[in-house]
Parts: sequence; C-alpha cells; structure tokens
Amino acid sequence: MRHTRTLIAVALLLAACGGNQPAPQTQNDASFESKLEQQLLDAKPGSVIDIPAGHYTLKRGLSLRTNGVTIRGAGMDKTVLSFKGQIVGPEGLLVNADDFTIENLAIEDTMGDALKINQGKNITIHGVRIEWTDGPKSTNGAYGLYPVKTQNALVEDSVVIGASDAGIYVGQSNNIVVRRNRAEQNVAGIEIENSVNADVYENIATKNTGGILVFNMPNLSQAGHASRVFKNHVFANNTGNFAKKGAAVASVPAGSGVVVNSNDKVEIFDNDIADNQTANVIISSYFSTNYYNKLGVAADYNPYPKGIYVYGNRFKGGGDSPDGLELKTLKAAVYGINGSFPDVVWDGYADPKTQADGLPPPDDRICIQDSNGVLNADGPHGYKNPSTDAKPFQCTLPKLPPVVLNPEPKV
Amino acid sequence: MSMKMYKHALLMFALLCLAACHRDMEPVAFHDEGYPTKLSDWHVVEARDGVLQLNEGVVPYELNTPLFTDYAHKLRTIWMPKGVSAQYNPTDTFDFPVGTIISKTFFYPIPKGQPRNATDIARTYDTSRDFAGQGLDLSNVHLVETRLLVRRKDGWVAMPYVWNADQTEATLARTGDVQALTLVSDSGERENFNYVVPDQSQCVSCHARDWTTRALQPIGPKARHLNRDYHYADGDQNQLAHLMRVGYLTGAPTPADAPRNANWMDPQASLDARARAYLDINCGHCHNPKGAANTTGLTLDIATSEDRHIGICKPPTAAGQGTGDHLFDIVPGHPDDSIIPYRLSSTEPGTMMPEIGRSTVHKEGVALIKAWIASQAGDCVVLH
Repeated sequence: MRHTRTLIAVALLLAACGGNQPAPQTQNDASFESKLEQQLLDAKPGSVIDIPAGHYTLKRGLSLRTNGVTIRGAGMDKTVLSFKGQIVGPEGLLVNADDFTIENLAIEDTMGDALKINQGKNITIHGVRIEWTDGPKSTNGAYGLYPVKTQNALVEDSVVIGASDAGIYVGQSNNIVVRRNRAEQNVAGIEIENSVNADVYENIATKNTGGILVFNMPNLSQAGHASRVFKNHVFANNTGNFAKKGAAVASVPAGSGVVVNSNDKVEIFDNDIADNQTANVIISSYFSTNYYNKLGVAADYNPYPKGIYVYGNRFKGGGDSPDGLELKTLKAAVYGINGSFPDVVWDGYADPKTQADGLPPPDDRICIQDSNGVLNADGPHGYKNPSTDAKPFQCTLPKLPPVVLNPEPKV
Repeated sequence: MSMKMYKHALLMFALLCLAACHRDMEPVAFHDEGYPTKLSDWHVVEARDGVLQLNEGVVPYELNTPLFTDYAHKLRTIWMPKGVSAQYNPTDTFDFPVGTIISKTFFYPIPKGQPRNATDIARTYDTSRDFAGQGLDLSNVHLVETRLLVRRKDGWVAMPYVWNADQTEATLARTGDVQALTLVSDSGERENFNYVVPDQSQCVSCHARDWTTRALQPIGPKARHLNRDYHYADGDQNQLAHLMRVGYLTGAPTPADAPRNANWMDPQASLDARARAYLDINCGHCHNPKGAANTTGLTLDIATSEDRHIGICKPPTAAGQGTGDHLFDIVPGHPDDSIIPYRLSSTEPGTMMPEIGRSTVHKEGVALIKAWIASQAGDCVVLH
C-alpha cells in the first residue's frame, strides 16, 4: 500500500515536471492575470500600468496595442511575471504600439520570445530582466528583448539570461541604442540584425556562445548598416551553441566575442574583449553560415561585410580553443597545437565584383588596428590557403556619427 | 401527390417554420459603442427552442477552405442595416459599411451515441447532424463561443462571447477563456486539449492584416473564400450571387469571373490549389507583405509566387527553437526536413504555427502540406 502511494506520488511529481504541464496557478495568480489583461485592453495613451512587487504565474501570453503606454514594476527582482508552463503563447508580452515604455520588472520562462515589440516607434526598455531560470537549454524561448521593425529604440540597464537564440535582439530597426545591459548564457548575447544606426555600448556580454553580433540576413525588408560597438566588456563567451540547427545563430562557433556577419559600416572600438576561445573578433560572410543557396536567397542580397573598422580595443587571451573540427584544424595548421588565433579572424569572403588590385574600394575595406594580428581564413577555398598578412587591413575608415534618439526617452 | 411527396412537403414546411422562427426575435441591434455583456444583446443569433437561430436578415456563409480551430465547426453569419451594402473587391476583404455585424459561432457535434457531458465533443468533418434549418440543432451540438466583428464608425471591433453550460446564453469574455475539452474521434480515440478563446487583443493578432495601420479586418469575407454554393433555406445558390441578390454586396462579377480558392478537401482539386488555399487562410493573415509576420520574409497568402517567398529553400529569419533542427522552410521533395510542417505539427507555444488559435494538431492539414512539399522538385544546395 505504501509502495502504491509512493508510486503515485512519484508519478504525479513526474507529470508535474512535464514540459507542457501548466504550473499551478493560484486564485491570486488567475485574478492577477485577468486584471492585467484587462488593464492592457483598456489602456489609453498616457496610461501607466503599475505592477506591484510580487511573483505572478501567468498561463497566457499578454499583448498591448495602444500607443503611449508605460508598464512599470517595482524592480527587476521584485516584480516577476513567470510564464513557466505557459499554455498560450506565442510571447510573454507582445507589443504593437508606439511610444511604449517598460521598466523595472522581470519576465521569466516564456515558451517563446519573452518581450517582442513588433512595429512601433519610440520604444524604451529600461531595467527589465528576462530569464530562463533553468539555464541554457535549446527548449528555452528564442529571444529575450526583441524589438523588430522599430524606430528610436532604447534598451538599457536590462539583463537577459538563457535565450536559445539572442538575448537582446534588435531586428530590422532604425536608430537604436543598446547600453549598460548584461547578457549572459544566451546563444547570442546581443544581436543587431538588418538594422540601421545602432549604438551598442557599456554592455557586459559573457558566458554566451557569441557575445555581440552584428548580422545581415537575406530576404528581409532592409539591409543593415552603420553600427557602433564600443566600451563593452565582452569576455569568456564560450558556452556551447545550444540553438536548434537552422536558427540564424546556430552557425556561431562557441567562443566568439564580437561577430560581424555580412553587415556593412560597423565600427568596433574601445571595448575590452577577452578570453573568447574561438576568436575575440570574427568578421564573416553569409557564405560561412552554410545557409546560402540559390533558390532560397534573394538575388540582390549582399553577403559581404563591407567597411568594418576595428581599433582601440583592449584584447586579452582568446582564440586558443576554437569550436569545431574545421577551425581547430585551421588553428593547428597556422599557429600550431599550442598556438592561438589572433584577436581578429576574417573568413576571407570578399565581393569579387568590386575588387581592384586585390582590395575592395577604400570605403568597403576591413580595417584593423591595435590587434595582435589578423587571420584571413580563406573560407572560399575551404581554409586551404589561410594568410596571416596584416597589410591588407592597415587602413582607416571615416568614423560613424553617434546615434541620437529623437525624441529623447523619458526614463 | 403521392404519400411520399406529401410527407416530403410536410417536412419542408416544418423546416421552413423552424427557419422562420426568428419572427419572434427582436430586430438585430447594432451597438455603436461599448461592449454589450450578452450575445443576445445583439439579437444576431440566439438559442431558442433547442435551436441556435439566425435572426431575420442574418445571412449564413461558408468558406471554400476554412481556418483550422481545433476541429471546431463554425457557423458564420453576416448582417447589415437596411439600405447599405459592401463593396466588392477581387483580392481584399470587401469594404463593409458601418453597422455590419459578422458573427462566427464555434461549436462541436456531440460524439455519436454518447450522452452530452461537460467535456466530450466530436472530432469529425461530418456536419450532417449540425443544422436545424439555417440554425444549429442544440440537441446535437455543443456551443463554445461566438465571436463578433462589428463595423463601427472608427473601424472594426472584435468581441468574444463564451456560451454557458446550459447553452442558453453567451457572455462577453474580453480577456478570453480556457476550457479543458476532450475530442472524441469517429473511431472513439480521445484527445484532451485546452480550447482557448482568444482575448480581445489576440483577435487583433490575426485580424490586423496590416501591422502599420493596425486596422482590423474580417478575414473570411473575400471573393476567393466566398465563391462557392451555400444551402440556403430557399435552395442552393452561389454565395456571391446571393449576397448581391439580398443587397449586401455590390459590384461583384458573375461567380465564374470571380477568384475562387480550392476546397482543401476536394479530391477533384489539384494538390497545389488545395495546399495554397490551406496556407492562404491559415497563415496569410500574418504572413503577407504587410502583416505581423512580414518580419520573416515568408509570405504564404494566395498571391505569393511559388519560390523563396513561400519558403522554398528559404533560411528562417527568427524561428529560434521553431526550426526543429531543420535548415529551410521548405526543402522540395522532403517534407520531414522542412520547417513549415514541423511547426504545423507542434502544439508548443513558441514553436507552433499558427502561433495562436489552436491547441491541437490538424493531422489532415499537415498531411496535405507534407504531400504538397513531397511533390515539389528542386534542391537547396548550399553555396560556398
């Protein structure tokens, strides 16, 4: 009899741990959820929705579609919206509105993206914590803080932990500031994708697969350019890649510090970049992602990184244990078993259409200064003839102007 | 008149009476503001005498290929004030006048040979027991919710109403509802699931086809979805022709000259036409050039050309864990390596597509899309 009881108890426990089992929702939680949904529905321009301190379990994704609303908690460790065992998604909170501010709260354990802002201008995210509390897992939601198709977006003083794609992911947006955030244990810590005019500074990116990424993907509404990555601490991003295959960041090798892929006019300066075991800086082309194919990629897509300027960074360590057999073999071949990749690795894809005398036009060059070397990995020929000649990278580029948010955020 | 014909005539007379019972319903009430708390405040459809009845002037319609909602059956209706009509459009939702009320009632047949209980409902495509005249036979069906789309001066407003256990009234549920139900298949298989009534904001997720203007639009009432026959009280007629006849629509060409989507279950239609109709109605409201999913570069509406835009060899943009370890949305000839059927086969929020509106897998729909992909030629050879 006792055995039977134990068995039942164990069975119940197991059932309760199942992925899709809704976490128990108390009456308090249920009435909180219903009230919050109602507040979001009834919000008017200028409304402030204050969420008091507390830990709330929600079953359904929230959404907001009214301009000019502020959602405010009592602190990123005090007001916690937990979506563990969520039964309706897709996000934790979906916003399709302008003049939106969210601050001082946490969103935990969403099944999909945590906070997605799809189409909106003047977006402020301040002091928000996004976390998947079981640590890095491929079943975690994809994106933490996810403004897409936004203009004038500020993401600051926030924390994202455990996203199975990118912790902070700004996509197809214009005029962006991402500052003073901490991104940890995500596949990509911070990713700026197909965006124009982004300043990414004073962030900490560590224990991710890749620290800070500036990417251009094909087939989208705009190609990105003009991003400045500066004064960040990007160190020990060596977590094994836990994205599902096919995801844009699944191709990022573990141990990547700052990665530019197919993006243009990217300035990387005044950062502390250390101990990223594949390389502290990687400059690469969409060809290296293994997704480029003729049928599936728009003919006008430009897969070459152009106008990339790396200077004045403080590098330390890194490059000593690249991810994957191919890169390990390449490292051993060029630098020996005990050697390391230099601070900057370029995959070697250059636009053949614009080359003259082996170099791109001046504004399209990759310029590297203050680095202990550059490796041209010769990706186009399967890494057969890598080069350590730094001369092609000895150049300067015009500096990009700072991003000015207009109107200025109110926080 | 033979005895048989006489009996038939009697039956027809009885059916017509049923259909005409709306005579004692108050006229349809268009509320130009606020959120009436009871569905019956609108007098569009009402549960009376064991039948969900349609009021006078409330015209039912069906779609060639409907959106999948956990195997729910749907009764769709449209009503307009006197003297106004919708303007025909060959591609987009008709331009409906202020005052239009569209209703969609989600219901299930009670499983055959089983007494009604609080949770069991039938998973079946058989609609033969659903109707009593133009209305629904409440002795055979279980009503879950009725959604209204109301065209007010400033645009469309969506309101979900949830039916009570007694099936006598539906109450406004602006924040939605979750009901634990059990689908029982024709062969007796049981599947527990959470039927999710969307909250008012989630209504917008699908009905705002343009995420810049954020204006709500009905999805079904387009020429290509409506261009089919309906079994009206006075006989079968093409729905576009009928709407023209009753004055609810102006400017429509003859049905033969209007676009028409395939019925996804029609064995006479081509696989391509059936799959495209299925993707159009289930995905196209978000996956169109202006919709919520225009961030993805994947468009699935009927106008999309059959190339990378519809997903052929297209790398996903923001699928995250939704790739299921697959590299491309569609790998021609290889449905099991393709992301689209993978996401259609999931019920996990964050992975499943469509993102909302279902909690179960549409097995027959997935089978259709897989067959369509299996029939495609081409390959996704990676360039270096």
